[in-house]
Amino acid sequence: MSEPLLTVEDLRVLFPGPHGTVEAVRGVSFTVGREKLGIVGESGSGKSMTGRAILKLVPSPGIVTARRLTFGDVDITAADQRTMRDIRGRRISMVMQDPKFSLNPVMTVGKQIAEAYLVHADASAAAARQRALELLAAVRIRDPERVYDLYPHEVSGGMGQRVMIAMMLVPDPDLLIADEPTSALDVTVQMQVLAIIDDLVMKRGMGLIFISHDLNLVASFCDRILVMYGGRIVESCRAAELHRARHPYTRGLLAALPRFDRPPAELPVLNRDPSWLTGPEVPG
Amino acid sequence: MIEIDGLNVVFGTGPRTVHAARNVSCHVAAGESFGLVGESGSGKSTVLRALSGLNPDWTGRMTVAGEALQRRRPKSFHKRVQMVFQDPYASLHPRHTVDRILLEPLLIHGLDDREQRVLRALDEVGLGPRFRYRFPHQLSGGQRQRVAIARALILEPSVLLLDEPTSSLDVSIQAEILNLLWRLRRERKLTYVLVSHNLAVIAHMCDRLAVMNAGRIVEELDVAALRAGAFTQPYTRQLFEASRGYDRAAADKFVTFD
Repeated sequence: MSEPLLTVEDLRVLFPGPHGTVEAVRGVSFTVGREKLGIVGESGSGKSMTGRAILKLVPSPGIVTARRLTFGDVDITAADQRTMRDIRGRRISMVMQDPKFSLNPVMTVGKQIAEAYLVHADASAAAARQRALELLAAVRIRDPERVYDLYPHEVSGGMGQRVMIAMMLVPDPDLLIADEPTSALDVTVQMQVLAIIDDLVMKRGMGLIFISHDLNLVASFCDRILVMYGGRIVESCRAAELHRARHPYTRGLLAALPRFDRPPAELPVLNRDPSWLTGPEVPG
Repeated sequence: MIEIDGLNVVFGTGPRTVHAARNVSCHVAAGESFGLVGESGSGKSTVLRALSGLNPDWTGRMTVAGEALQRRRPKSFHKRVQMVFQDPYASLHPRHTVDRILLEPLLIHGLDDREQRVLRALDEVGLGPRFRYRFPHQLSGGQRQRVAIARALILEPSVLLLDEPTSSLDVSIQAEILNLLWRLRRERKLTYVLVSHNLAVIAHMCDRLAVMNAGRIVEELDVAALRAGAFTQPYTRQLFEASRGYDRAAADKFVTFD
């Protein structure tokens, strides 16, 4: 692995509430280089909050603490809003799950990409349009000129997600955080969108944090995997070695998946052991 | 048990017409578990909704247990055929307790011995009596789906229509619900029609399946053929490959089928 882009040590996300404090993330440590890192977990595992905490996008009243959270030479824990605005988009981009809720419904998709370019670069409107068309072509949209003038409700889910990815790539970020970027898509479209992300990560030498609930997908797509449970990393391994996972939670999740190559029988059910919440910390 | 012949469902009129089910025909034997698989917009849910009576605008011929189905369904139909929906957050009344949710079908059908039936239904889906007076917001997603299954089973139907019953659940919870459905079918000799976009779930739960695309049945095959990868249609092969995980080379070969 190359020099880490992002270093996270003992990251915690807390939500104080009337019934006590909820710890969404409880001491997570990992690094990301120019690679595809997958973070897998079920709902409530803290995987999305980990992604958001990196960009300081944890909603109020959430509190983020970390012994160390550095991106290149920037200390994110100490960064003010101004510095963060500079990092967000320009150096670290984030792609969310559903294009329906992430795009502006009253602006054509092309204009939205051009706008993102104008925010980050000192360019003319014509240059921004040109760049937007190039990016639409880069995410393999066949007729960029036509799609440029479409509104979000006029494009399919797969195309909407490609538009989102195009927008995130406008400023040429070093790190892309993708939170369930393909979960709302049909499987074949999902594979096509992943191929686009894959090529872009390779070509531009970016780092990728791929957050997903889908163990098999992450194992086939990423280089490295972190498995989260109850706000902690319980397993860290190379993607190709996931089938040799040691933690009973990871093994339980793998066994619970219905498979083609196994005749139907009772699926093994996960018995959650309370000690998983307090077991040794696994650095990623 | 179920015969569908030449089913057509059309939404809208004029240039915006959507032909959601095109001449769909399939037969499901009593006690069989039949899967309908396809991507979004393939028409799989449309077929299920027409069969269940939720969408009265269809043409063609459908029979259940030898009785031809009309637009309006008599009570006896709903006693025999029940449905479980995808989203347990949306399919249970938020201000009714589990008790009231389970009592409603019993009252509609005028069944007696309600107390015992409610307790038995809760027991069968693995919830137990302590869940009886809870509201849906006090239950997890998996527990809610168990309530939805209990509500469907309380009328002792012979056919269960399942529309993506585990798609909104975590994999560990999905395994529990699939096991429950598997056990109930064995114990009660139920007939299942299961709609899913997930080929692995269909392979696990069904004896036979139909692959749908753009409103048509592309291919019908039994589960052994699915496991062996013995398809006759390129669409099925592509769907199967995409379901096996990410493969950079395979992704380039995907095409759109009409």
